[in-house]
Parts: sequence; C-alpha cells; structure tokens
Amino acid sequence: MSSFLNASVGRKFLVSISGLFLITFLAVHLAVNLFLLAGQEAYNMAAHFMATNPAIKIMEPALALGFLLHIVVSAYLTVTNQGTRPQKYSMVDQRKTSSWPSRNMFVLGLLILIFLALHLSNFWYKMKFGGVAYIEYDGVQVQDAYTLVTGKFVIWWYALIYVAGAVFLRLHLLHGFQSAFQTLGLSNQLWYKRLTVIGTVYALIIAAGFAIIPVWFLAGTFLN
Amino acid sequence: MDIKLKIWRQEGPKSEGSFVDYNLTGVSKDMSFLEMLDFLNKKLIENGDDPVVFEHDCREGICGSCALFINGRPHGPDDLVTTCELRMTKFNDGDTIVIEPWRAKSFPVIKDLVADRHAFDKIMEAGGFISVNTGSAPEANSIPVPREKADEAFDAAVCIGCGACVAACKNSSAMLFVAAKVSHLALLPQGRAESGKRARAMLAKMDELGFGSCTNTGACEAECPKGISLAHIARLNREFLKEGFRS
Repeated sequence: MSSFLNASVGRKFLVSISGLFLITFLAVHLAVNLFLLAGQEAYNMAAHFMATNPAIKIMEPALALGFLLHIVVSAYLTVTNQGTRPQKYSMVDQRKTSSWPSRNMFVLGLLILIFLALHLSNFWYKMKFGGVAYIEYDGVQVQDAYTLVTGKFVIWWYALIYVAGAVFLRLHLLHGFQSAFQTLGLSNQLWYKRLTVIGTVYALIIAAGFAIIPVWFLAGTFLN
Repeated sequence: MDIKLKIWRQEGPKSEGSFVDYNLTGVSKDMSFLEMLDFLNKKLIENGDDPVVFEHDCREGICGSCALFINGRPHGPDDLVTTCELRMTKFNDGDTIVIEPWRAKSFPVIKDLVADRHAFDKIMEAGGFISVNTGSAPEANSIPVPREKADEAFDAAVCIGCGACVAACKNSSAMLFVAAKVSHLALLPQGRAESGKRARAMLAKMDELGFGSCTNTGACEAECPKGISLAHIARLNREFLKEGFRS
C-alpha cells in the first residue's frame, strides 16, 4: 500500500480517478442546470429532487472528498515538480510540442477553484443554510432556487464570471479528460486519438452548456 | 555561411556557468551540426582557447551520446533526429544558434554541454532486465512471438536513452524512458513474468533520483528522436497499477 501511494504514478492515480468522478459530476450538474431554461417550476422541482434524494445525500460528502483529493494531491505533485529543474533553459520552445492547457493545468485548476469558492457562496451556501424563499407547488414546499439563480445571472458581471468559469473548465477538461485515461493505462495509440476527440467534444458540451444559461438570462433582460 | 553561436560554458560541476558568444565564419551547409562544433573547436584550439566540451560517439543516431538543447528544443529544430543527425542545412547564414546542455536536477552538468546521465543507468539497474540466466543465444523459433507484439516491443526497444524526454518535459520526468524499457520487456514472453515488479522498481528509482512526475503533456513524444509513443507510458501505468498493493 505504502509503495503504491509513495510512487508518483500511485498519486497520479488518485488525481485521475477523482478527476473522472468530477467529470461525471459535471454532467449531472449540467443536466439539472438546463432545467433553468425550462422555467421556474421545472427548475425548482429538479433542485428539490436533488436536495431530497437520498442517493444525492450520500454523494454530497463523496463529492466534497473527490474535490479535496483532486486538489490536494495535484497541488502536492505540482509543488514537487517545481524543484526538478533548478537551472532553467535560457530559451525554450514548447508551443509545437505540447498544448497550452496541458502545461497550465495547475493555473487553470486554481482559477476554477476561485470560481468554485464564489459559486458555492452564491448558491450552495444560501440553499443549504437558509436565506432562500419557499414556494409551493401542489402542496409541496420547495426552495425558490430559480429566483436566486436568475437574480444573479441578470447582473452582467456575474454572467461574465460564470461564462469565464465555463471557459476555464473547458480548457482544464481539454487536457484532463484524455490525461485521466492515460494515467489509468486505458489508452493506446488508437485510443489516444479517440479519447482526445471524445474529451474535446465533452469539454465543449460542458462549457457551452454551463455558459449558455447566464447568457440566456442576461440576453433576456435586454430583450424585455 | 557565417553564424553566431551562444554556447553554455561551465568549468565544472560546482562552477557557475554562463553563455559565451562566438562568431563562426566559413561554415559549410554540408556539415553536420557536430562537425560545425568540431570546426569551432579547431579554431578555438588554434587560438589557444579551451574547446567546447560536448558528448558524441557513433554519429549515426544509435548510441544516444549526443545531447544538445538547440534553439529551445532537444536535438534542435528537426524532428526524429539526434543532434549528430542534424545538418547545417537546417540553418541559414546569419542565424544565431543557442546551445545548452540538458537541464534537470537529475542530470547535473559536468562541464560545458555535458550533463551526467548516470541516473538512467541507475534506473536500469533497478529493474531494466530479466532476472534469469539466459545462457547463449537461443534458437530463434523456440519461443514464438506474435508479429505485432514483436513490432511493438521493437518500437520501444529503439530508445537510445539520450534523455531528450527528460530535457523536453516541463517536470523533467523520465517517464518515456522508463516506459520504453518496461514496455519493451513486458511485450516479450521472457520479460512478461516480472513486468509489474519491474515497473514498480524502475518508477520508484525514477522518483528517488529526483525526476518529476508525468503530466501527460506529450512533449517527450514530440521531441523523442526515435518517435517513442505515449502509448508506452499508458502501458507502464497499466503495469504499475496491475501490480496493485502487492509490493
């Protein structure tokens, strides 16, 4: 056990599986968010379903653990890697040999983390610890998350932050998706190309899906 | 043609190095890159100066001795060639060429352009072998090897251990080198039995010697003069994980 987790590849394994877990979470999160486009009742009921579903209740701490593991282990590996070239090259040309996101995963991760802190304080904290009005549908009291969320997205700079968050996420996934499978050894010359394509499409769907929501509500304020 | 050279000069392992500029006139396009350096050294010696120290041996791209970081890339601007195979036709009259040694904590500079790559030998000693007495050369067909496995093993076996992967990697990781060695042996029946243990031992040595961890940027594959694929790193990871928590 210790030789597994002491090895760099063993630690990368943790980053990889937690990354794949977070990748799956993103799809679920986006699916729920898209109910925002279907109107107030649809979204509030979807949010209510997520908040009361026992499976989701179990997954919530697992998700927090997944984030923690992904952030802590990758930060540790990044810091360790900093000392491996004490004397830098005077001239280095990496543009042709590796992609920008692949070289800047830590920076992108940090930007996403900052976004995440803001995002949690905007919505999650308020939904979890009160401050959200209740609304009744067919005798069921549910939180009016719709008004809370759309109230933020009509403010142009909030919308801009959320679009920026989606862009950072896209760049992070562009490398992260393919890289997670490579670390697990689930790749070869053929699958490397396939996973790169699948990852590129997935990153685009996730980013465009998340970005379209604030843009939709902001555009709505101009049209009304 | 006339070129400007900016070459890293360093007296010894403990000294501070710096770049020294040389204007070299009368360089022929027919020269190889190393012949151009020989030409420079001849002029330096004639003037009573210290020649530039650099490594070379076979000069046909198979020994892995030559290892120069040229204009920001290991083995220079050409793809799939070692420094010794690089020709001066790739440069133009008046060009400035910056030449540095490989730079990594695990490859300390000994003098000028020579980095100590013994760390690779230590990784090999940790597991880059088959621990049975193989005796004399066996009859070729006594252990049949499927053609595609043999080809893939050969693709990994072409690694000459030059260290361009380490030089190119932003983390100075030796993963492509270790992957080539592990993959080469794991694909053949003689090496298969110990492949998990071997992956574990060689990776542990790599970590211990101060090489960084792999972030799958792909720079190593792009700069490898032998075109060794990232697929071998995936196999190395697979062998490591299959070994599980056994050791």
